[in-house]
Amino acid sequence: MSGGLYSTDSNDFDKTLDLTKIKPYGDTMNDGKTQVSFTLPVKKGEEAIEAAKQMMRKMGFENPQVVMVQELMEGFTFFNCYGNCTHTVDYTSIHVPKVESTTMDMHETDEFVKENIGRPIRVVGASTGTDAHTVGIDAIMNMKGFAGHYGLERYEMMEALNMGSQVPNEEFIAKAIEMEADVLLVSQTVTQKDVHIKNLTELVELLEAEGLREKVILICGGPRISHELAKELGYDAGFGMNKYADDVASYAAQELSRRLNA
Amino acid sequence: MQRSKLGLDFEKVGHAKEVSKRIADDVQKFVDNYSTVAVERTLCRLLGIDGVDSNEVPLPNVVVDAIKDKGVLSEGVMFFIGNAILETGLNPQQIAEKMAAGELEITTLPIRSMEEIQNAIQPFVDENINKIRERKAKRDNYLDTIGEGPKPYLYVIVATGNIYEDVVQAEAAARQGADIIAVIRTTGQSLLDYVPYGATTEGFGGTVATQENFRIMRTALDKVGEEEGRYIRLCNYCSGLCMPEIAAMGALEGLDVMLNDALYGILFRDINMQRTIVDQYFSRLLNGFAGVIINTGEDNYLTTADAFDEAHTVLASDFINEQLALVAGLPEEQMGLGHAFEMTPDLENGFLYELAQAQMIREIFPKAPLKYMPPTKFMTGNIFKGNVQDALFNQISIWTGQGIQLLGMLTEAIHTPFMSDRYLSIENAKYIFSNMKSIGDEMEFKEGGIIRQRAAKVLDDATELVEKIEKEGLFTALEKGIFADIKRPKDGGKGLDGVVEKGSNYFNPFIEILHKK
Repeated sequence: MSGGLYSTDSNDFDKTLDLTKIKPYGDTMNDGKTQVSFTLPVKKGEEAIEAAKQMMRKMGFENPQVVMVQELMEGFTFFNCYGNCTHTVDYTSIHVPKVESTTMDMHETDEFVKENIGRPIRVVGASTGTDAHTVGIDAIMNMKGFAGHYGLERYEMMEALNMGSQVPNEEFIAKAIEMEADVLLVSQTVTQKDVHIKNLTELVELLEAEGLREKVILICGGPRISHELAKELGYDAGFGMNKYADDVASYAAQELSRRLNA
Repeated sequence: MQRSKLGLDFEKVGHAKEVSKRIADDVQKFVDNYSTVAVERTLCRLLGIDGVDSNEVPLPNVVVDAIKDKGVLSEGVMFFIGNAILETGLNPQQIAEKMAAGELEITTLPIRSMEEIQNAIQPFVDENINKIRERKAKRDNYLDTIGEGPKPYLYVIVATGNIYEDVVQAEAAARQGADIIAVIRTTGQSLLDYVPYGATTEGFGGTVATQENFRIMRTALDKVGEEEGRYIRLCNYCSGLCMPEIAAMGALEGLDVMLNDALYGILFRDINMQRTIVDQYFSRLLNGFAGVIINTGEDNYLTTADAFDEAHTVLASDFINEQLALVAGLPEEQMGLGHAFEMTPDLENGFLYELAQAQMIREIFPKAPLKYMPPTKFMTGNIFKGNVQDALFNQISIWTGQGIQLLGMLTEAIHTPFMSDRYLSIENAKYIFSNMKSIGDEMEFKEGGIIRQRAAKVLDDATELVEKIEKEGLFTALEKGIFADIKRPKDGGKGLDGVVEKGSNYFNPFIEILHKK
């Protein structure tokens, strides 16, 4: 079933890197080697393996190899497969919108705010809607921060309020008005059935209805959030995986300075 | 005297438990004088009231809301329903249906003597107590005949939102070796002040907890258990605003494990502390009586606070939760006290600290089927490393003899588990549990070493913390943000308006029956 210890694949492909036609890399340029795992709703057997191979071919893999077959229960079989991807991507034509700010550490941001804004930035954050997860908003806001990046509460020049989880959008906005917030942070962790999209959109609509949208820097974050998605939904910025308080604070400070000192 | 592999000072442990008992007794003084809308709805359910009205409002809510609207909830539903049985000749379900139809007003009927009222209601009390007894006997019979998997029990979640799809996932997990299936509740259900009705196929991040869904899953697991020759436990969430109602539903439908922790609700769901402490007492009475293992939520402290610095808050909370459970007559063998493997993987010797703490908790609560939570906070999209993190967690569990192993999923940070994720996770645990089976019997911990010192330090800090809480009282301590750095006001949070001081006619015969067993 597997390819054995030594590759017997044909080696007659162009091994030079061409950024207009990149492919997955295993151990040789342009070999297209890819690892894929999935479950098919069929019982284990030769037919199941053949079905997995055909599935791989339809996904664009040549020379599909099924290296692990495991029946999860009767009627469901799990596969681990390898194949050579036939598709290519033009890397040179890619444009991804990014948050335009320079990431500074806590001290630098505090200094930046002192110099350019001259007062603490007021930030309200929450995990809104029915989302009960505080892990995201806590990572950005709590004193302790996350993975060595201090949270906004620790910043000298941030007046940060973390409202926690399951905060209705209306309550969130009421608090923002009360605090005269400069920055609103919304965290969304649960994304099943796109519940986060609905909730994030609702917040923008409510802010617009209150005439507040242009008066605040509106930021959303979460593991499934990208800056591109955030912009699409009407937010000023979005922060996804591997972004920390530093990134959010730097952006907030620089954006507020841009707006106040324009 | 128990022998400690860690050189733990059991006198100190005994002292911490005494202090915690005084904290629990102090709380209980408050609890004894109060009831809540949720407790009263639970009593309705325990009298056999079920179903919904034409607006989908559950009949227990119809009854309790009607009494509350008249401002007489302090007298309790037992009093009014008992009286209504005498006055109308109807049973509790019929009374509730008439009330829903607007044909009966039970608070304005002529009032009979207390003795007559109590006698009238007794048959319905007995009937449902017997139902719970039968349900418990059915489980005991399974355990005596087909038996169960070895500890640590393998605990996995299903969370499709559709109970019928959950059944497929649960069956697969059980066939792969899972011992406990937890049906995650839909997001936000903890904040609903009613329990939805009937089988459900829509949910966000989980499936609605309803009595019918409990029944569907229990039936499916019994079938798989019989075929696999191993009893499969069912777990749900007896927390939030309907805590005791769900306990009653679980007791009637044969659930085996229930998340049940007022402190968790106060801190992480902003549920009013008076409300949920009263609710918890009655729910723990029910869980204790029905043979249900409770799981407490201490692991959550570590998802917000630092797992190394705040380890003692977990132990302190376990101390208090143990005493709050004992007050409600819940046996130690049913206390799935919580703790977790949540230190950052970057921490040098982190494994040693986790091992020290797991062994410490094991020795401090020797009879409890401890609930050990997997790494979640530092799980990333790197599923390959995630599988290693879960393996380390599994090693500690088998080494220290944990009771309930909430299996970590390599895709923890990504999605609710695929069927294959659950398989890989069970495979990981079974491999390690077999390969390292007796390591705990073989290994001792060096005197004066990192592990013994760590355990002693966490115990010292936890003892100091419970002493501090005793001085303040639990409610004030929570107001000051002692746990997880979260402050909750005594009169804040959700559900306070559902708390009522017991009046002169108030009676609840279940408390005594459930206590006596």
